[in-house]
Amino acid sequence: MQRITTVVVGAGQCGLAMSRELRRRSVDHVVLERGAIGESWRSERWDSLRLLTPNWMNGVAGHRYAGSDPDGFMSAREFTASLTRAARHDGAPVMAGTRALSLDRAGGGYRLATDRGDFACASVVIATGACALPRIPRFAADLPADVVQLTPRSYKRPSDVPEGAVLVVGASASGLQIARELALAGRRVTLAAGGHQRLPRRYRGRDILWWMHRVGVLDLPYTRVDDLDRVRRAPSLPLLGDPSGADIGLDGLRDLGVEIVGRLGAVRDGAAWFSGALAHVCASADLKLGRLLDRIDAWAEAMGYAGPPPHRPTPTRVPDAPRLSARLGGGGIGAVVWATGYTPDHAWLRLPVFDGRGRLRHTGGVVGDGLYVMGLNYLRTARSTHIAGAPRDARALARHLVGATTRRAAA
Amino acid sequence: MTIQTQMKTADNGVDVEALREIRQALTDMPPAALFTWRATCAWLGGVHSRSTVETFHGACAEQAHRTPYSVEADHPGVFAATDNAATPVEIVLSALASCLTAGVAAIAQHRGVQLRSVTARVEGDMNLHGILGIDADVRNGFEAIRVGFDIDADATREEIAAIVAQSQKRSAVFDIITNPGNVKVALE
Repeated sequence: MQRITTVVVGAGQCGLAMSRELRRRSVDHVVLERGAIGESWRSERWDSLRLLTPNWMNGVAGHRYAGSDPDGFMSAREFTASLTRAARHDGAPVMAGTRALSLDRAGGGYRLATDRGDFACASVVIATGACALPRIPRFAADLPADVVQLTPRSYKRPSDVPEGAVLVVGASASGLQIARELALAGRRVTLAAGGHQRLPRRYRGRDILWWMHRVGVLDLPYTRVDDLDRVRRAPSLPLLGDPSGADIGLDGLRDLGVEIVGRLGAVRDGAAWFSGALAHVCASADLKLGRLLDRIDAWAEAMGYAGPPPHRPTPTRVPDAPRLSARLGGGGIGAVVWATGYTPDHAWLRLPVFDGRGRLRHTGGVVGDGLYVMGLNYLRTARSTHIAGAPRDARALARHLVGATTRRAAA
Repeated sequence: MTIQTQMKTADNGVDVEALREIRQALTDMPPAALFTWRATCAWLGGVHSRSTVETFHGACAEQAHRTPYSVEADHPGVFAATDNAATPVEIVLSALASCLTAGVAAIAQHRGVQLRSVTARVEGDMNLHGILGIDADVRNGFEAIRVGFDIDADATREEIAAIVAQSQKRSAVFDIITNPGNVKVALE
């Protein structure tokens, strides 16, 4: 049993940002990493993935992006390399190849068991990521046996998908990107779209994230959000980090020959049944985009923005009568990609810290006495969802952690 | 400022405050949110029938309407029927319009938007080759349903469109019609 003040679990952008803050505050700690630094980016994403955020937003643990293309989009591989460089530069105390197995209370602190021995510690920071486990609808079990099922975690490249028609379920970042890649590889692709968002990559001469960043869309603290549950459920922004600056959306996919259908509602008698509400979810996405652009335009006007004038994208082109069902297997759809979201993996926490739906309860990342979580959607602000949010969240939580430790020592 | 004033003065006759309290209560006590709705339908002869609704289960107890209500259904003369009432499919269209309209009123109230008038026009296209068994490739139900809202309210067109979008997002009947669901019919 090793004694240490703080254990950080996970050496990605969050764990490394926290390590830096703890080091600055002279908190004795270790960063456990089940694989190598940035393991999720390294082994659990598809080959072609590039970050959705421009490089200037992708600094790690206080190190700004120092490359030559601040407006470009680095690949997941390049990002992994930048995580490794930052950790090495800082001398972060990373223990690679060490998997956290369970966390229990012990004495006044915690006992964290790993596959390489146990730790006794006063505080624990969970930084294992929001996208650890693909979330798959229950009716996936009803698919015919000859249909190959993939997730954005198991999908690596188009050649992984058997020949024939593919159904991509989900129109968030992962679903849109995988559908696009498959269509470009010449596959027959159907995309099932439920409630989704629509965003242009660029607006009035700037990256959409530049606007969101400047206008303050990303800064509303969790304490001031009306429906926190809803914003925390929001998927990744529907963007593509393509060097060309291309948009990714339902219209663009239709132009590539992708068939757009409604939300997958049921699997019955060897067929997939889609919702008839496609027009509604598209109209909702258009309205929401309109509100964001209104907000951007108001800000641009107030600031005297001199770039190109406001414009509005045309409404999403919804097919007249989208298909309501499709045959699965037997010459119909041969593969399904479940791009239906992710959940974090917190099963190793043997603590009463979950709500009725099995989600970790926390207040801006503070789970409880000496226990913290990072990297979850809208942990503290919308920025928390992005790589750029990690340093700020780490600072706030490290401050809380040190304060709590001091209070305990004084008591 | 305007929004604040509207918040106070908009009155669509929906008690949003009470709805908010109910929402909170059902959040805190999930079993209370489990409802079962019922109707009893009696054959009146020919293709004419009368459904009655009276009791339902919800909020962890048996509930009842203030008084029993009934809805009759029949078919028109072109079906060689007595045309004593609306057809069942027209009742479905009416239910969709009523559900969306209720949503529009409640959401407008919640957003402080005063409504002056709301009219929903609903149309459903049906090919009778389906129910008559003439063509196996034609479905029994609607091929397409269109709802057109005519809304006069103290709000911009975008705000009204957002209210209509939200009413679809939260509508039970819209969901029932647009999504597949399991139905079991048994002989008792």
